Amino acid sequence: MEGDIVQMGAYIGAGLACLGMGGAGIGVGHVAGNYLAGALRNPAAAPGQTAFLFIGIAFAEALGIFSFLVALLLMFAV
Amino acid sequence: MAEANGGLQIKPMDQFMVKPLFGGDTVGIFTITNVTLWMAMTVLAVTLLMVVGARGRALVPTRGQSMAELTYSFIYKMIEDVTGRDGVRFFPYIMTIFMFVFFSNVLGLIPWSFTTTSHIAVTAVLALSVFITVTVLGFVLNGASFLRLFWVDSAPLALRPILALIELISYFVRPVSHSIRLAGAMMAGHAVAKVFAGFAAALGAAFFIPILAVTALYALELLVAVIQAYVFTILTCVYLKDALHPHH
Amino acid sequence: MAADANDAVGMPQLDFATFPNQIFWLVVTVVVIYMILSRVALPRIGSILAERAGTITADIDAAETYKRQAAEAEAAYHKALDDARAEAHKVAEKMRAEIQADLDVAIAKADAEIAARTAESERRIGEIRDSANEAVEAVARDAAHQIVALFGVTAEEKAVTDAVSARVKGGVA
Repeated sequence: MEGDIVQMGAYIGAGLACLGMGGAGIGVGHVAGNYLAGALRNPAAAPGQTAFLFIGIAFAEALGIFSFLVALLLMFAV
Repeated sequence: MAEANGGLQIKPMDQFMVKPLFGGDTVGIFTITNVTLWMAMTVLAVTLLMVVGARGRALVPTRGQSMAELTYSFIYKMIEDVTGRDGVRFFPYIMTIFMFVFFSNVLGLIPWSFTTTSHIAVTAVLALSVFITVTVLGFVLNGASFLRLFWVDSAPLALRPILALIELISYFVRPVSHSIRLAGAMMAGHAVAKVFAGFAAALGAAFFIPILAVTALYALELLVAVIQAYVFTILTCVYLKDALHPHH
Repeated sequence: MAADANDAVGMPQLDFATFPNQIFWLVVTVVVIYMILSRVALPRIGSILAERAGTITADIDAAETYKRQAAEAEAAYHKALDDARAEAHKVAEKMRAEIQADLDVAIAKADAEIAARTAESERRIGEIRDSANEAVEAVARDAAHQIVALFGVTAEEKAVTDAVSARVKGGVA
């Protein structure tokens, strides 16, 4: 009984942790959208900034992956 | 957890298991496992692309040689752009990291294969080696002035200690995020693909819906595999730049 | 959780028993890749790229040289053409001047000849006219003498002659 409650809590926690991925999605979209807006304003400067685009996406995405990892840990390791 | 919902037997984490290849249950340090096999495949792929592809030394390149040259120039230019000209002497190291991560990611997409980079042990060793190299290199090249990396001169004086603390924390979080980003991205994609494939098996006649989803996911995963290798490499370059030029 | 030996217990990534194995093979792999890349692949590709860059540079230099030579040849051609044109112009000018000089001389000569002939002709015309006048006067005098004689008037010969001469001169004039 007690174990079931713990498992339920873990699964609920895992589901809640997945909300963090939405934040990462917003972040990645923000980075990519601003890059596109800037690139359309000044297309000549765009190719030099693609590295920063990917670095920004990587940083934003990392946090989503952390939340995914928390969800996985709750489901499989707790 | 699989037993809880009866017929639906999805075990998304099974594919990440390290198993001995030639019998036995224990995984000792020198045991030949699927890790060994797929790392050997990575070596093979690197050799095929970079050595066999370029063996012709043709002035007008063949397809294979052209790919090898493109890979070479891509990483070379990345290092030159991010770290400046003096980072070029680390080219073989960064190229090694890129080739290993890239081929591990891509080979891991083959069905029934094993993705070595989805394991935190592997990525953590890579990220820690980068972290330690950068830190040692920073102190060797710049002496104590490497610590000025954490002291933001352009900020108001009152804010500088707080910023230094934040910079210090973010510096030590680097290997964590560096390794978990790669392992997590690889693991997530493969686990989700497995879950969808399990749906296909469970749905019976409507199997084609999850199959389509898996196909789309697979294309996305291919993109992610390449981008994660790129990101791992470019972050290595960014960290290396801090060691070479610690002043903001 | 499944307890089967072939199933993953929790996350395989957190199974620390497999860490030494993975790390060992990772180090081996990375060292092997590093050796392959740094000893064989990268120097080879680097030399290929350098060679190609050298060849391209050399070719561009050669093309540049050829282009310059072509430009020089064109310049020389244009110069030769201009020179030839100038020379032709000069020769033509000279020829024209010579011809003009010859022509001037010839015209002057012809003018002089014409003037001389004109003068000669005028002189002869004058002579003819004079002789004609004299003839007319003689005829008129003779005719006057005859007429006077026929009228039976003995006139002084000299008076008749003077009268006739005056008349002829006045009439002619």
